Amino acid sequence: MNSVHDMGGMHGLGPIAPAPDEPLFHAEWERRMFALNLAAGALGAWNLDRGRHARERIPGEVYLAASYYEKWAIAVEMLCVETGLVTAEELAAKQADLKASVARTGHERVVRPERVEAGLRRGSSAKVDVAVAARFQIGDRVRARRFHPTGHTRLPRYARGAVGVIDRDHGVHIFADAHAAGEGPQPQHLYSVKFDARALWGESGHPKDVVFIDLWDTHLEALPTGAAA
Amino acid sequence: MTRPTHHVPPSPMEARVQALESLLVDKGLVEPAALDRIIEFYESKVGPRNGARVVAKAWCEPDYKAWLLREPTAAIASLGFTGRQGEDMVVVENTATLHNVVVCTLCSCYPWPVLGLPPTWYKSNPYRSRVVIDPRSVLREFGLDLADDVEVRVWDSTAEMRYLVLPERPGGTDGWDEAALAAIVSRDAMIGVAKVQATSEGAR
Repeated sequence: MNSVHDMGGMHGLGPIAPAPDEPLFHAEWERRMFALNLAAGALGAWNLDRGRHARERIPGEVYLAASYYEKWAIAVEMLCVETGLVTAEELAAKQADLKASVARTGHERVVRPERVEAGLRRGSSAKVDVAVAARFQIGDRVRARRFHPTGHTRLPRYARGAVGVIDRDHGVHIFADAHAAGEGPQPQHLYSVKFDARALWGESGHPKDVVFIDLWDTHLEALPTGAAA
Repeated sequence: MTRPTHHVPPSPMEARVQALESLLVDKGLVEPAALDRIIEFYESKVGPRNGARVVAKAWCEPDYKAWLLREPTAAIASLGFTGRQGEDMVVVENTATLHNVVVCTLCSCYPWPVLGLPPTWYKSNPYRSRVVIDPRSVLREFGLDLADDVEVRVWDSTAEMRYLVLPERPGGTDGWDEAALAAIVSRDAMIGVAKVQATSEGAR
């Protein structure tokens, strides 16, 4: 979706202002929210890609103004209600009174404290061991699709329509765009596609600079050999 | 979770997150002790010191460096750094004529096992929006003024590949051991917004 989260190339969002010796978390609620996101996500009611899409669905003016973990809080609330883990009424009752009683449901995939570290050290790769033919070879010139899906996509707006070159084949990966929509993993090759800065930004790009973007087969169109950009 | 009434009222976000945690705990969906363990893991067991060890080893051992560039996930895992948000790694090497810098324009993707959780500026709207279109001015803001003949490569982490920059080993470090080298490798250098300085304290 063409939301404000897809901000590569935007102007006017202010100075970067790195803070020296910044703490990992700025408040106790950020700590709890960070962990809540992982623990709730581990229930499997939503996947990583749907989680990202939830943050993208935060209204633009809220997204731009919210702090990082505020966005996490808003998105996890949305996901918990949308997937039926909790009801909007239960959430509202708790927000009105922490002592509000709710019916216990439990869940077979609740994260146990003794399993936390092993789970985090294991992770969950999006690379899958499925034989899928690659549409492109290293060195192929490709055009990033010009499309405007209203759902989740990992093809940023700034690259759409631009011509680049397949630089690496990362192997077969879960396709995030479909996965976020609940359409299954649709495994396909993921590539590192190299774009000249000038192909993306015209004269604003430095002639020596390049941007590499990880894109899936579905995001790319073949160009005839020797075709003009 | 209960809150004694004599405390100052919680901030709106604090109250909101307390309500969410309380709800998920009461429903039996989350165990508070598991949340504690998650926080402890990221506060004490992962961070840029991990990445600095990878870099220092690559500087000292040519075979390890070759392996790191060829099979980064396995080479990094051999030091015990694995897991969430680092399942599939790419390492990109800076040279005198080539400078790499990493971003996630769409969200905040970052290699947690080697760098820990990202700093606020990395997740910020200004960095995400600007570094792809104008990397040189962004790098100048970080104090890095690159010559016109240096190629700047920006890596936008749009999938589940996670990127670590292998910085150039600074001059004046001949004969330094791995531990001494690791101590000067900064987080910012492994994101690509700084160079490693032989005189710096590192550890940022």
